[in-house]
Amino acid sequence: MSQKMSSQAYADKPARSANMKVVEGSYAVAHAVMCCLPDVISAYPITPQTHIVEHLSQMVADGELDSEFLTVDSEFSALSVLVGASAAGARSYSSTTSQGLALMYEVLYNVSGMRLPIVMNVANRALSAPLNIWNDQQDSIGARDVGWLQIYVEDVQEAVDATLQAYKIAEDPAIRTPIMVCMDGYILTHVYEPVELLDKELSREFLPPFQPENILDPSDPKTFGAFADPTTYTEFRYLQFEAQQKALGTIEKVAKEFEETFGRYYGGLVDSYRAEDAEIVIVTMGSVIGTIKDAIDAKRAEGKKVGLVKVRSYRPFPVQALRKTLKDASVIAVLEKDVAIGGEAGLLTDLKAALYNSSIRTPIIGFTAGLGGRDITIKDIRKIVEKADAARKKIESEFEFLDLRMEIL
Amino acid sequence: MEKSLLAPGHRACAGCAMPTTIKLVLDAAGPNTIVVSPTSCLEVTTTPFPESAWCVPWIHSLFENAAAVASGVEVMLKRKCKDTNVVVIGGDGSTFDIGMGSNSGMFERGHKILYVCYDNEAYMNTGVQRSGSTPFCAQTTTTPSGSKSLGNPRPKKDMPAIAMAHKVPYVATASVAYPVDLRRKVKAALRVNGPSYIQVNAPCITGWTFDAGTMIEVARLAVETGLWPLAEWVNGELVGVKKVRRAKPVEEYLKSQGRYRHLFKRPEGADILKQIQAMADANIAKYKLAD
Repeated sequence: MSQKMSSQAYADKPARSANMKVVEGSYAVAHAVMCCLPDVISAYPITPQTHIVEHLSQMVADGELDSEFLTVDSEFSALSVLVGASAAGARSYSSTTSQGLALMYEVLYNVSGMRLPIVMNVANRALSAPLNIWNDQQDSIGARDVGWLQIYVEDVQEAVDATLQAYKIAEDPAIRTPIMVCMDGYILTHVYEPVELLDKELSREFLPPFQPENILDPSDPKTFGAFADPTTYTEFRYLQFEAQQKALGTIEKVAKEFEETFGRYYGGLVDSYRAEDAEIVIVTMGSVIGTIKDAIDAKRAEGKKVGLVKVRSYRPFPVQALRKTLKDASVIAVLEKDVAIGGEAGLLTDLKAALYNSSIRTPIIGFTAGLGGRDITIKDIRKIVEKADAARKKIESEFEFLDLRMEIL
Repeated sequence: MEKSLLAPGHRACAGCAMPTTIKLVLDAAGPNTIVVSPTSCLEVTTTPFPESAWCVPWIHSLFENAAAVASGVEVMLKRKCKDTNVVVIGGDGSTFDIGMGSNSGMFERGHKILYVCYDNEAYMNTGVQRSGSTPFCAQTTTTPSGSKSLGNPRPKKDMPAIAMAHKVPYVATASVAYPVDLRRKVKAALRVNGPSYIQVNAPCITGWTFDAGTMIEVARLAVETGLWPLAEWVNGELVGVKKVRRAKPVEEYLKSQGRYRHLFKRPEGADILKQIQAMADANIAKYKLAD
């Protein structure tokens, strides 16, 4: 797996290997959660997320992690348990995917509306019907408007590091907003790769204890979850909106602080690879980035100026950072593992909207691929580059299914 | 009596049993209590932001998750070694129907939580629709009387039995018309080291249609006819029943409310009245209500 791509400063740094171990992605994330010292964990089994909470259960059973672990009747109850726990002052954790995230939907809005800084890993997976347990990102993209922050990670190391960062961002008194750390199911949850596990002491220094201003406490009785009529509801939503805008800065700040402590940096909101002088820029999120980088290297060797922009923070959507990073591209191709049936796809639509009122008039084309776990290959990426190249002169198709099997339709 | 932990000025209807029920529960539980409530009339009448009638910490999340939310509160309190009562107060819609999965999970995990259902036997907050708690042949807006309908076609779900099937160590039925009994049961429930369930008969003035001044009388008639036995179970064993010296005919209870009016107007009603009387008689025999 690649080391950190972008900033040249890091390309020269040797990989830190003191604490490197070859572990399963789910274990690495569970270990990161352990280092965050959550008070309460609640989750429900669903593939491919389950290994994360199995590992956490074992850590609790072995006394390695002092957390309350609640096994519950559904994902809906798992997140609901955390509403109560968080309101009672608990640092709270869950993880889920796909149908489980869909079942949580009503609670997702509740958690963000009540400003409870819960952290949840989403092991991205396709949604039924038809039933499919493999990776894509329809689940969390479908939950883009529920008021949670969303970070998409590229590899296991970033999943580990983003999980620790997530608590610091979420619990910041100016933010107080829950976060999903989205990692591609199977591809990142089930892979074994070398990872530098978090150091417990450093993690404790990095992440201060959770000390919420308002909790359920009989010595100072407060009402949580009141109803708001038309005279006040809008302001609750505005404050959430404002907190997400503030989070643009906090995500960057925490990424820098993380770098100072741990020596790793992934870009805060966005990152890029060979994009400085690129004419054709691919914009994407998640684990497909490794494949794209290899394809870019090959294209560069052929003399094609191709680069990559990685969207790390999808919520808040980093409008200014993307405008800055994409200003010199001559064509943009968005690749994503989701589809907005009846529209286009999440990242494509958001990116177009982000650029519309800027001076950037670059053609943008979009591709959905990898749905339901279909592999995205270097050949697929080459196809995107060819189509993007052609779109500089004329856009043949604004949005398409890249890897469609015409023969079975 | 000490100051109530539910402040006056809430927006519940005059003659509603719910605020009285809450006052009695809080009176028995005391200030060292955290209340969790599902979406309900309770929520909308006591917490219009920025006001709140609650003088104890109170949290509402959703319609169907109060027991799960309470579970999270309870584990965190235990973790902090706090001996605070956790009490869910919810209506029958959330208790009997939409929150059943969450309730079942809380019961079987054995949390030290008192779940109080103020049972007004329909979805009153949305305008009197049938719930799993609606009694046989009661009219609601979704089980109206009509040429092909005599009201709700099914008997009420037996929620105390469902709680006991989860080995809930303390289960009781109570009534807003019997405050001493209700307070005693709340105290008994809070002494249990595990979950407890109390189902309180709580008449709804607009859903059942009666005069505001007669609420307690209506609730008392439910007990006096044998339709709402006041019972108490410990570890599944019946340990106490409120005796009814001379059971009144069910007509007295049914006539006190508009929701049963059709039974007295339509010829088929006579047979239904007999069936409802048979239900009361079965309770009287089962719980040995009469001396």
